[in-house]
Amino acid sequence: MTRDEALFQFLLRMGDNTLILGHRVSEWCGHSPVLEEDIALANTALDMIGQTQLWLGLAGEVEGKARSADDLAFLRDAWDFRNVLLCELPTGDFGQTLMRQFLYDAWSYGMTDWLKGSADPRVAAIAEKAHKEVTYHLERSGDTVVGLGDGTGESHTRMQKSLDYLWPYVVEMFEKDKVDEVLADAGIAPAPDDLRAGYDDITARVLAEATLTLPEGSYVHKGGRNGRMHTEHLGHLLTSMQWLQRAYPGAAW
Amino acid sequence: MYAQMIKSEASNEDPALLEAFQARIDAGEKIEPRDWMPEGYRKTLIRQIGQHAHSEVVGQLPEGNWITRAPTLERKAILLAKVQDEAGHGLYLYSAAETLGVSRDELIELLHEGRMKYSSIFNYPTLNWADIGAVGWLVDGAAIVNQVALQRTSYGPYSRAMVRICKEESFHARQGYDAIRAMAFGTPEQKRQAQDALNRLWFPALMMFGPSDAESVHSEQSMAWKIKVKSNDELRQQFVDQTIPQIEYLGLDLPDPGIRWNEESGHYDFSEPDWPEFFNVIKGNGPCNVDRMKDRVSAWEDGAWVREGLMAHAQKKAARKVAAE
Repeated sequence: MTRDEALFQFLLRMGDNTLILGHRVSEWCGHSPVLEEDIALANTALDMIGQTQLWLGLAGEVEGKARSADDLAFLRDAWDFRNVLLCELPTGDFGQTLMRQFLYDAWSYGMTDWLKGSADPRVAAIAEKAHKEVTYHLERSGDTVVGLGDGTGESHTRMQKSLDYLWPYVVEMFEKDKVDEVLADAGIAPAPDDLRAGYDDITARVLAEATLTLPEGSYVHKGGRNGRMHTEHLGHLLTSMQWLQRAYPGAAW
Repeated sequence: MYAQMIKSEASNEDPALLEAFQARIDAGEKIEPRDWMPEGYRKTLIRQIGQHAHSEVVGQLPEGNWITRAPTLERKAILLAKVQDEAGHGLYLYSAAETLGVSRDELIELLHEGRMKYSSIFNYPTLNWADIGAVGWLVDGAAIVNQVALQRTSYGPYSRAMVRICKEESFHARQGYDAIRAMAFGTPEQKRQAQDALNRLWFPALMMFGPSDAESVHSEQSMAWKIKVKSNDELRQQFVDQTIPQIEYLGLDLPDPGIRWNEESGHYDFSEPDWPEFFNVIKGNGPCNVDRMKDRVSAWEDGAWVREGLMAHAQKKAARKVAAE
């Protein structure tokens, strides 16, 4: 695997995470529990779509086959997507949406922080911008997880259920394969497991304050970031997301 | 225009106070929250601003309908930013209404009970991607015509909210026009979608200005109080005059065979919208009324546990802070 081949895969992983999660968050538009949350969710989704344009734009450039960010977003099928499974799970209730956001943000925070010092200046520049946004996302999702975890009996129960459901998907973000080895050796991206200690610090602090407990059991769900096996949910998401591009090929929008 | 069919309330107050109030209005002064105002003025404004706020919130739904299907990342980002702006307008407007002594929750309850309205336009569906362009271009375009006038409305907080909202709406209208332009100049299928959107949304956009002045018996008091500053027909004509050259530039067919330039009046003639349809939509019988309200009510009800949870946490936190002191 050449360095550019590895970098292309890595950039797809970054861009597909933000694309698919941004899409999920945008599904809330007009349906959230309070107007401030409609604004906050749209804002979060908007930041993530903006990051997608940068990550997938660079992916196309590195691949060198003249594919644009839009080509990559709208014209690949499910098996070519490289997002972690956590991002493609359905939104669930508001608690599940915010718990998922928090579990993702805490990872994204450490990742973009590391990437600001990447040996590839193009990666570092995107991370510089993204990290500012992610810092705010983490603060907000963390505060909401605390507020709902340590809220009423009902909100606590719902948040604990969300954590139990989502936690087995967390490990995938720290999985390591050949792509990661090549990029870590080149100083372009971190070895994913190096981010784990920082992640555990953040989640332990927030979940304790939220009076929530990590579920027992060590089973993990994975297969998204290497494309081996996505969930059934991704195909449905792509069906709506890609519909216009598929139905009217070659049109400019 | 987001506030339609607002009936002015009569006032039975002290004639001397009313006269002094009218003198301030006539002198072009702004009325501020702590100033004396006739009850009718207050109630009319609460209804108008509340209806306007509800329209911004319900208006998220027809546009949100296409966020997950936007055809490019850029169009998706633009639409997200726009819908976020609309929700923000809802927030300023609810805040403006709160200065008149009514809470946001009370207004939302009235909406959900069917005792307050929102603009009729949002009871029409968005059926193809060109509708998103048309909503920005025609619906926001119509809203701007009304709201530019409302920047001069007599109530200070409403007038100031309009100044900010107009800036964002103008941006939305240009983005909408750009989106429909890409389709009108695109493939034959795209052009067909653009034409379909224009044909379906033209008359509903004209209805946004409310019924004709001859039938709008409630306007007079609102005009005297400068809650309204231009008549429905004046605003509608202004919108038609500015929009027809834009349709021609797009190369689309005019959506109404009655449109023609009138040399004598210096304006375009056009056909009246189907007013019985308008009154039906206002009554709740539009294509999407039931679905829109069902969506809003279930968002509110499903979210009750979130609001209660966050409130309970805030109270616990405050109590812990007091205990620590």
